[in-house]
Amino acid sequence: MTTTTAAAPLISKRAIIDWLGIAPFMIFALMFLIVPTLYLVTGAFLTPEGELTFKNIADLFTPSILSAYWISIRVSVASSLGGALIGFFLAWAIVLGGVPTWVRSGLLTFSGVASNFAGVPLAFAFLATLGRTGLVTVFLRDWFGFNLYSTGFNLLSFFGLTITYMYFQIPLMVLILTPALDGMKKEWREASEILGASTWQYWRMVALPILWPSLLGTTLLLFANAFGAIATAYALTGSSLNIVPILLYAQIRGDVLHNPNLGYALALGMIVITGISNILYIWLRMRAERWQK
Amino acid sequence: MKAQRLGAWIAIAIGASYFIIPLLGTLEFSLRMRRGEYSFDAYQSVFADIQFRETFGYSMMMALLTIIFGMLLVVPTAYWVRLRLPQVRPVVEFITLLPLVIPAIVIVFGYLRLYNSSSMLPLTGSTSGTNALLMFSYMTLSLPYMYRAVDTAMRAIDVRTLTEAAESLGAKWPTILFRCIFPNVMSGVLSGSFITFAIVMGEFTMAALLNRPAFGPYLQLVGANKAYEPSALAVIAFAITWLSMGLIQLVSRFQKSAPAKA
Repeated sequence: MTTTTAAAPLISKRAIIDWLGIAPFMIFALMFLIVPTLYLVTGAFLTPEGELTFKNIADLFTPSILSAYWISIRVSVASSLGGALIGFFLAWAIVLGGVPTWVRSGLLTFSGVASNFAGVPLAFAFLATLGRTGLVTVFLRDWFGFNLYSTGFNLLSFFGLTITYMYFQIPLMVLILTPALDGMKKEWREASEILGASTWQYWRMVALPILWPSLLGTTLLLFANAFGAIATAYALTGSSLNIVPILLYAQIRGDVLHNPNLGYALALGMIVITGISNILYIWLRMRAERWQK
Repeated sequence: MKAQRLGAWIAIAIGASYFIIPLLGTLEFSLRMRRGEYSFDAYQSVFADIQFRETFGYSMMMALLTIIFGMLLVVPTAYWVRLRLPQVRPVVEFITLLPLVIPAIVIVFGYLRLYNSSSMLPLTGSTSGTNALLMFSYMTLSLPYMYRAVDTAMRAIDVRTLTEAAESLGAKWPTILFRCIFPNVMSGVLSGSFITFAIVMGEFTMAALLNRPAFGPYLQLVGANKAYEPSALAVIAFAITWLSMGLIQLVSRFQKSAPAKA
């Protein structure tokens, strides 16, 4: 008995020191990450006078705000699906396509750069390429007599924003999916071939069932990635394309919704959408990692 | 097998042209300022702009401070978690991933409400306070990358043995941390630093909403008002990103050829 009573304070003192070691980190996280977010989340359920209400949440379902969410979701879905599809084929090409190794390392290096090349400069790059006097636009006009803009194409639109976002979505997909494809064992392919499976059967019944958590998970990550992005859209379209981050930006700048707490609800909506897709991503990634051991 | 290789080459050709054409377009556009011939006029105009130099310098300074304070926060935390608190690892890792989940614009919105001039901690009330807040926001944004890089480097060394060896030789905590742990995770510190540099240099949302004269908002301003300079700036920004990523590759290669001896 005496030994336990003597040991108990010693342990707790050590425990206190242990916990003090990560105190700076915890204080930082609370002050600059968790409390600011919680402040907005609680604010979404309060009136300006500080009373509990669900009116802000209900007000999100007005046509103008719903349309902002709808455009945002469409751009994010389109760019994540497009990015995932092209990214998958690129990853497939460098892992299983039998191309030289310099292609593989070159593409991976470039993907590392391009997935970080977002924001304002990316918008400039696409304006210089597909804008009204951009390289591709002028090239098509001068060489093929094809006027891109007479087809109704506009870079400052849903479609334009989607192909611009794909510039950082595709490389991200390549970076995450290449290890997953590397993890596909040659024996699986050989075993299915010995059993008489065609390439199509192998992909449908062996490869895709193993890969789908990675594929779907990464697509969700790309979705969240596009949903929260603002700088590219803002530099590209100004405020002409009404996506949620731009609406929130305008709200922070000048209370365009005429209700600060509605702004909090708008932010909460963003957190919920990116949060759900990230949680699903993490869950799917844990499933995918079972095969990568 | 032949069809497969052909398909692979087609996929790579399509991907490569999608990646390269916008870069060529930007480069070409940036050289078009003088009518009828290619010139570096747009670049001259950019470099002559005093605002370019000021905002670029400001963002460089911010990046440097973010890296220093970020590493002073992240390295000891990652070390301590590995040494003493392995049970809170999932929690710490979860927190470091939060900035990827919560959009930057939401985080800065929270700051503006929480630290405004009529709050308990009125950081946005003064210039130096806002600068500090901007730096903290950059630390938050780069937290996932910094922590991941440092933690990966720390996995390669035996933290416990290193600490015990240093302790038995009579080293105090600061010595252990700065002369033992830091040098051994230098590859992680460096690659985390370079990616932080790339993030901070191009960041727009935080600086714009906190009203600080950083490079990102300057880029946006030029983009809204000028024709050829934005392309020149995009080329410069791309070069910065490329440089940072290249340095990361270099560091990791260096690390592989000379593994840290624990």
